[in-house]
Amino acid sequence: MGERKGMEIALAAAEAAALCRPDVVAAYPITPNTHVPEHLANIVSEGKLDAEYICVESEHSALSACMGASGAGARVFTATSSQGLLYMAEIMSIASSMRLPVVMALGNRALSGPLNIWNDHSDIMSQRDTGWISLFASHGQEVIDMIIQAFRIAEDADVLLPINVNLDGFQLTHVVEVMDFPSQSEVDAFLPAYKPFASLHPDHPCSMGTLGLPEIYSEATKAREVAIVNSRKTILKVWAEWEKAFGRRYEPVESYKMEGAQEAIMTMGSMGETAEIAIDALREKGIPVGLLKLKLWRPFPYEDVRKAAKGLKSLLVLDRAVSFGGPGGPVASEVRSSLYGETDRPAITNYIFGLGGRDVAVEDFIKMFEKMRSGDKKRSKDQYEFYGVRGE
Amino acid sequence: MKSKKWPEDWQDVNIGCIVSNPGSAREYHTGGWRAQRPICDNEKCIKCGVCYIFCPEGCIIERKDGFFEANLDYCKGCGICAHECWPFAIKMVEEG
Amino acid sequence: MNTLKGHPVGLIENFDLYAPKLVDREEYFTPGHRACQGCGEALAIRLMCKALGKDTVIINATGCMQVISSLYPTTAWELPWIHVAFPNAAAVGSGVEAALKVLRRKGRIPNRDVKAVAIGGDGGTLDIGLQALSGAMERGHNMLYVCFDNEAYMNTGIQRSSATPFGASTTTAPPGVASMGNKTWKKNLPEIMAAHNISYVATACNSYPLDFMNKVKKAREIDGPAYIHCLSVCPTGWRCPSEACIKMGRLAVETGVFPLYEAEQGRYRMTVSMPENLRPIQDYIKHQGRFRHLTPEQVQSFQERTNLEYKKLLNKIEHSKSWAEMSANQG
Repeated sequence: MGERKGMEIALAAAEAAALCRPDVVAAYPITPNTHVPEHLANIVSEGKLDAEYICVESEHSALSACMGASGAGARVFTATSSQGLLYMAEIMSIASSMRLPVVMALGNRALSGPLNIWNDHSDIMSQRDTGWISLFASHGQEVIDMIIQAFRIAEDADVLLPINVNLDGFQLTHVVEVMDFPSQSEVDAFLPAYKPFASLHPDHPCSMGTLGLPEIYSEATKAREVAIVNSRKTILKVWAEWEKAFGRRYEPVESYKMEGAQEAIMTMGSMGETAEIAIDALREKGIPVGLLKLKLWRPFPYEDVRKAAKGLKSLLVLDRAVSFGGPGGPVASEVRSSLYGETDRPAITNYIFGLGGRDVAVEDFIKMFEKMRSGDKKRSKDQYEFYGVRGE
Repeated sequence: MKSKKWPEDWQDVNIGCIVSNPGSAREYHTGGWRAQRPICDNEKCIKCGVCYIFCPEGCIIERKDGFFEANLDYCKGCGICAHECWPFAIKMVEEG
Repeated sequence: MNTLKGHPVGLIENFDLYAPKLVDREEYFTPGHRACQGCGEALAIRLMCKALGKDTVIINATGCMQVISSLYPTTAWELPWIHVAFPNAAAVGSGVEAALKVLRRKGRIPNRDVKAVAIGGDGGTLDIGLQALSGAMERGHNMLYVCFDNEAYMNTGIQRSSATPFGASTTTAPPGVASMGNKTWKKNLPEIMAAHNISYVATACNSYPLDFMNKVKKAREIDGPAYIHCLSVCPTGWRCPSEACIKMGRLAVETGVFPLYEAEQGRYRMTVSMPENLRPIQDYIKHQGRFRHLTPEQVQSFQERTNLEYKKLLNKIEHSKSWAEMSANQG
C-alpha cells in the first residue's frame, strides 16, 4: 500500500518519477526546479533506482540526451524551468515530431528579463505550439499523480508524444505538503514497462529524424496534430483508470462550487488553491460564483470549456503570462476561441496577474472579481488588463 | 514501403517520419547525374581494389573473376577511380 | 597527376597493395545517397562504417551527411541511425549510450557490445556543437565521436567555420579589396579533445583509408570516449575537380597542413610516415580555387605557420609519454 507523508513537492516529483522506473534521467540545474534532479540523483546514488543519470552540461543537451535515450528504447525523464526550457526550445518541436515520449517536470518560472527566478507561466507559454501534451498541477498531490500518469499517456501506443507536467515554481516546488505516495507495486500495476514502437538497435535498424521535403512536411505535420488532438481520449482513459486505482478524480476542467453559479473565475496552476478560499468567502456572502481549474492545457479541452461555461453570465479568466502585442493572456485567448461560436456565452474578462512571483492573496481574487463586476461596461472593449500593477 | 503510394496521405506517414527500411536509398538511382563513365581495361587491371576502396558511392563491385566493375545505376562519374588507378586501367569517357 | 607516381610507396601510406581486398565488403552506407560527385565525406563515412561493423548506432548531427542520406521515405543507412538537430550529436549520443548500457544491464536488449558513434561536420563539431561534445567527452561516455571536417559550412553554401583554414575564400569570408579571405588559423580541435584527457584522439583523412579504418577500429575498442578528426575533402567547397578528392587529402598530409597522428593514453605518434622535408604548401593550395587569390606573401605566412604547427606536433611526439609511463616514472 501507499504511504501518506509530508514532503517538499519538488522532492515528491522526483519520488514520483522514480516510482515510474525511468531508465535514463538527464537534467541540468535551474532554479526553482533544481531539487527534482538533485533528489533523483540521490535516489539513483542510493541504489533505489536502476537508471543512468546523465549530468549534462546544458538543458539543450538534457533534452537531446533524453531524445537519444528514448530513441534507443529507454524510458526517460527530465526536469527544467524558464530559461532552461527556452534553451531546450530547439529540441522541443523535434521531440514531438519524432514522437519520442519524453516526460518532463516543468517548474514554471518567469522568463528573463529582468532576470527573475520566481513563478509565472511565461516559460511554458513560449513553448505552447511545440506539440507537447501539457498538464497543470494545482497542488502537490496532483504533481505526484500527474507525473505517473504522464508516463502512461506519453508512452501509450495511440499517443507517443512528449509531455510536460507543470508545477508552479516555489509556490509548488518549494512547498511542503502532506501527500499520498502510491506504492511501487501500485505504480507497476498502473504503468506497464515501456514498449517502444521502434528503437535504435542493430538487430532491427531504422533511421530516425529523417529529412522531409515540402511534398511530405505538411502531411507529417497534420499527422502530428491529429495525434495530439486524439491524445485527449487516452488522457481521459488514463484518468478514469487512475480514479479507479487511486480514488482521485481528474478532469480537463475541474469545477469548484459551480452549482448554480452565474459567474466564475478560471485559473490554471497553484493559484486555484488560493482562489478556492476566495470562492468560499464570496459564496458565504450569497454570491453564486464558482471556480474552474484548467488541468489540461494541450490538447486544449475546448468541449469541456464550453460545457463548463454554459449558463454563465460572466467569466473571469486569469492569466500568468502575456502575449506581447497580442489578444491578451494565452488562456483567455483559448477560452474566447472556444466560446466564440456559442450563442449563449458569458462575457469574458481577462486579467493578467501574478507575474514574476508577485504574491497574490485571497483578497486579490475577491478584488479582481469585484473589479470585473463593477467595470463590465467600461471594459467591454478591452481585451485584457494587468491586475495589481502599480500606476493603474 | 514500396507498396505505399508516394507521396503518401497524412494517415500513411510513418510515425515520427521513421524509415525502417535500411538501405532503401538504393531505390534512387544517382547514375543519372553522370557526365562521364568509367571504362576499365581488364588487360591492365591488377585486381588491387583501390577503385573499390576509394569510391564515395560504394558502387564498385568485385566480380567473381576478381575484376572490379562500377554499378552505373549509382556511379556519379566523379572520376576518383580513374584518377587513383595505379596501373591506369580505368578511363573516364563522355556519356552519350 | 597521380600523387603516387614518382613517390616511394612508403611516403604515401603503409598501403599494402592488395589490402583493399581485405576490408569488410558489406556496405552499411549504401549507394543512392545524394552526396556531390567525389564527396570525400561520403567516402569517409562509408569507410568508417566498414570499420565499425554491424553493432553500431550512428548519431548524426544536421549537415551534409544527414541531408544526403535520409531523404524520407528512404535511408542510405543499414545501421541504426538517429538525427535530432545540428548542435547536439554528442548529447544525443550520450543518451543513446546511456540507454544501451542500462537496457543491456536490465536484460531488455541482447547482452552484447553495441557502440554509440556520433558524427558531425566541422560546423556541428567545432562551432555550434562544441559544448555538447566537450560535455560528452568529459563525462566519459563509451562513445566515439568522429568529426568529418570539410573546412566550412558546405551544406548551407560554403560559409566560414572555425575549421576553415587560413586564407581560404568562403561565402562569409570572401577575399576583396579589404580582405584576404579567412584571416584566422584553423581551430585545433584534436588538441582540445586531448586536453579532455580521453584515452584516444586521432586525426585521419579520407585519402588514407586503412589508416582511418584502423583508427576507427582502435577507437571502437576503447571503453570510454574517443575522438577522431577526419579531414574530408569537399571538391565543391574547395573548388577542385571531383577526381582530385583523394589527391587533395594526400597533399594536405604531405605538406604538413594536416598531419595524421594519434594520441593514445596521452602519447602522441605519427601514424603515417611523413617525408623528411615537407612538400611546400603551394603543391596543396595551387589546385584549389578557394586559395587562388592568395598573394605570395600570404602564401609565405601560411607556409611559416604550417611549419611552426608541424614542429609543435613533432615536439609533442618526441616528448610525449603515455599516462602509464608517466606514473611509472613517478613511482
